[in-house]
Amino acid sequence: MNQVITVTATRQSAVRGSVDPHLSIRHYDPDADLMLLHFGPQHPSTHGVFRMDLHLDGEIIVKATPYVGYLHRAVEKLCEKLSFVQQTPIVDKNDYVAPMTNEQALNMAFEKLLGVEVPRRARWMRTLFAELQRIASHLLALGTFCIDLGGALGGGSTAFIHTFRERELILDLFEEVTGARFHYNTHTIGGQRHDLPAGFAAKVNAALDIIEARIPEYEAMSLGNAIFQARTKGVGVLDGQLALELGITGPILRACGIDHDLRRDAPYSAYDELVPKVIVRQGGDTYARMRVRFDETAESIALCRKAIDGMPEGPINGYKPIRQPTMAKSAGGQVYVGIETPRGELGTFVIGGGDTPTSPYRLKIRPPSLHALSAIPYIMPGATVSDAVAILGSLDPIMGEVDR
Amino acid sequence: MNPATQSALIHGAVYGTIVCLAVLTSIAMGIWFERKFAGRMQSRIGPTYTGPVGLLQPVADVVKLLQKEDIIPRDADHALFNLAPPLAAIFSLAAAAVVPFSAKVISADLDVGVVYILGVGGLMVVPTFMAGWSSNNKFALLGGMRAIAQSVSYGVPLVLATMVPVVLAGSLSVSGIVDWQATHHWFAVWPILPGLPAFLLFYLAMLAESNRIPFDIPEAESELVAGITTEYTGAKFTLFYMAEYVHTMVGSAVAAALFFGGWDGPFAPGLHWMVLKTLLIFVSVYWVRWSLVRFRSDQLMDLCWKRLTPLGLGLVFLAAAFVQYWPGGAR
Amino acid sequence: MSAYVPMFLLFAVAATLVAAFFLLSTYMGPRNKGEPEHNTPYECGSESSGGRHIRLSAKFYLTAILFVVFDIEGVFLYPWAVKFRSLGLAGLVEMLGFLAVLVVGLVYVWKKGALEWEK
Repeated sequence: MNQVITVTATRQSAVRGSVDPHLSIRHYDPDADLMLLHFGPQHPSTHGVFRMDLHLDGEIIVKATPYVGYLHRAVEKLCEKLSFVQQTPIVDKNDYVAPMTNEQALNMAFEKLLGVEVPRRARWMRTLFAELQRIASHLLALGTFCIDLGGALGGGSTAFIHTFRERELILDLFEEVTGARFHYNTHTIGGQRHDLPAGFAAKVNAALDIIEARIPEYEAMSLGNAIFQARTKGVGVLDGQLALELGITGPILRACGIDHDLRRDAPYSAYDELVPKVIVRQGGDTYARMRVRFDETAESIALCRKAIDGMPEGPINGYKPIRQPTMAKSAGGQVYVGIETPRGELGTFVIGGGDTPTSPYRLKIRPPSLHALSAIPYIMPGATVSDAVAILGSLDPIMGEVDR
Repeated sequence: MNPATQSALIHGAVYGTIVCLAVLTSIAMGIWFERKFAGRMQSRIGPTYTGPVGLLQPVADVVKLLQKEDIIPRDADHALFNLAPPLAAIFSLAAAAVVPFSAKVISADLDVGVVYILGVGGLMVVPTFMAGWSSNNKFALLGGMRAIAQSVSYGVPLVLATMVPVVLAGSLSVSGIVDWQATHHWFAVWPILPGLPAFLLFYLAMLAESNRIPFDIPEAESELVAGITTEYTGAKFTLFYMAEYVHTMVGSAVAAALFFGGWDGPFAPGLHWMVLKTLLIFVSVYWVRWSLVRFRSDQLMDLCWKRLTPLGLGLVFLAAAFVQYWPGGAR
Repeated sequence: MSAYVPMFLLFAVAATLVAAFFLLSTYMGPRNKGEPEHNTPYECGSESSGGRHIRLSAKFYLTAILFVVFDIEGVFLYPWAVKFRSLGLAGLVEMLGFLAVLVVGLVYVWKKGALEWEK
């Protein structure tokens, strides 16, 4: 019994001091003292098919081992076989909560590799779409997080369905432009495939008005609720330094007090003209992560307004419309492009050339969710099973992009 | 067989059947109402296909569940596994025996009714833990453990909360307490001093006892999949599911009787008032359920031991002082 | 004693209803063919490994004992609650003493940290 108390007492220092949490397992005889709980892949709140093996002392997690790969679809290999222009709909399915940003990342990498210029209107459209997508993605993250906290048969699902309802508004907007609600295939090399329809600005503003008006309602349902705060504050504290070492980006990093946002630090598309206000919070706990996402939603609404109001006229794919696979040929070279998706830095690394110049020799996607999940062995020990669900929900992983 | 025993037998059989069937019917309607109510809260419409405005949805649910295969997991403890759901159903219905639905309609007017209610209510944790232990499933086991941790938390506040009406009325019989309220005043309405806080205390403890959000910790489906009922299918799952609703309904009835004057009320027969009050409390439970997220085990313990228990002790003393010193209010 | 007879009869009625559920399900439901894989315990799709038991920290038992102590003391209050009208002021004062002892006990275990769950 003494041993048990020793380890549970050191749990916080193991987290904060970045001591390897796996060491603490040595205090135990794993067969006699601990229960090994397979948490996932078929579990209601692992956001798809993520799996954690939890070693439990009572209900306290002593060791957490994440396993990924249950949704592996060989996307990168598939992309090496397809030509440059065929790949956009494939990567749509990676981050299936924010498909727009997937397309954007891939096509920006190809444009850099092939040396294609993007006209100004297309860049502004990309920015608008990315910010709308960010709102939709953060709304969904908040809703599913509430389900994780409160269950699908309770207040959590009420919050979820309300945020989901507003997400629909944004999907409607995308449908207006692209004809698809989810897998848009609207970014191409050198610009956009679909121009904005007539009267689109009014519709965007109307949808944003509705969402903006309901933000206080979400706040009351989720972040402002006393039970919500009790469940999230001080839970799953992630140290900023550790987050940097693990390559964590996006809202999770900004919740650790580190001011980093590619939209401002390495502007792409129209972010040099539409500079976002970067939301940073201290604490690094579950509450801070959700708070950053929540505040970013409001910031994105403002950014969308600016983007739609200042939308320049002009061609949307001015350089030359690349439709045929043979029209895009790479002579070689390698590029890396990182953009700020709702989850963090989505990087695309492409090597051109090879046997077939119309397709990449190698394509590597750096998904932000994968790096977020790598924090699990460090922040889970010491938490309870209830906290584990909250922590996982606050990391907001999308298994489609983790496993690719 | 003497006439007294004979009449008790007849009374018991008739009223026992009536009470059981009435509670089951009302929870069927309660489930329908909850689904409609939750639907409206979530901008949905709820069940519509089964019967007029979906009224037959609970019946369809039960028939569907009864058609399911009965699965007992490998290496499970068969006896305990099979015994737990019936016990849960029986214990949850048992508390209804001492609830007076009107001045006349009461199944068993025990002179220790309040203690009996606490007793059978507390027994509910036994089948819950039996289910968790015998399922041979880790999620169920964790759920069972959480159930026990929960029961040691809410038990003391529950006892103290029910003590307040007992002190005020000077009776341990539920019908005695209602009679007292009928001739004096309802505890949770007037005087406000100990009655209303005691009701809120009872309400919280009742939510915890019937495993309702924000205290549905033992079955926490986003954490423990389905908690203790993870391995249950078919009829056994139905019994657990039913027991939960029965528990909530009977708990609401007890709260109505202990704090809101039970069947007492103007203009309408006593039964109507009792049903109305019970249903209002029942609805409020689901209003809370579909609005909040859940607590963690240790937070429930903190709340119960460090907040509710001192509050309960204070309320009991306040009630006693009230009886002693309030002019004409108590004797 | 006859007041308790209806109570047991209500148990019997409830048991009958339960039996009806079991019977109905036996006739309405498909039979379990007893295939070993079919009856494996659910653990998120992974093969269950390790012991299916929990070792609880000593805190758990301590809390359980505290619960028993406080609950029993609570039950001791019931006879007083019923009879204290006839006891008058003396009964009130004596019970105040009893409650004070309870409060002191609660404060003691609180300060000792016995109410801190799993720390």
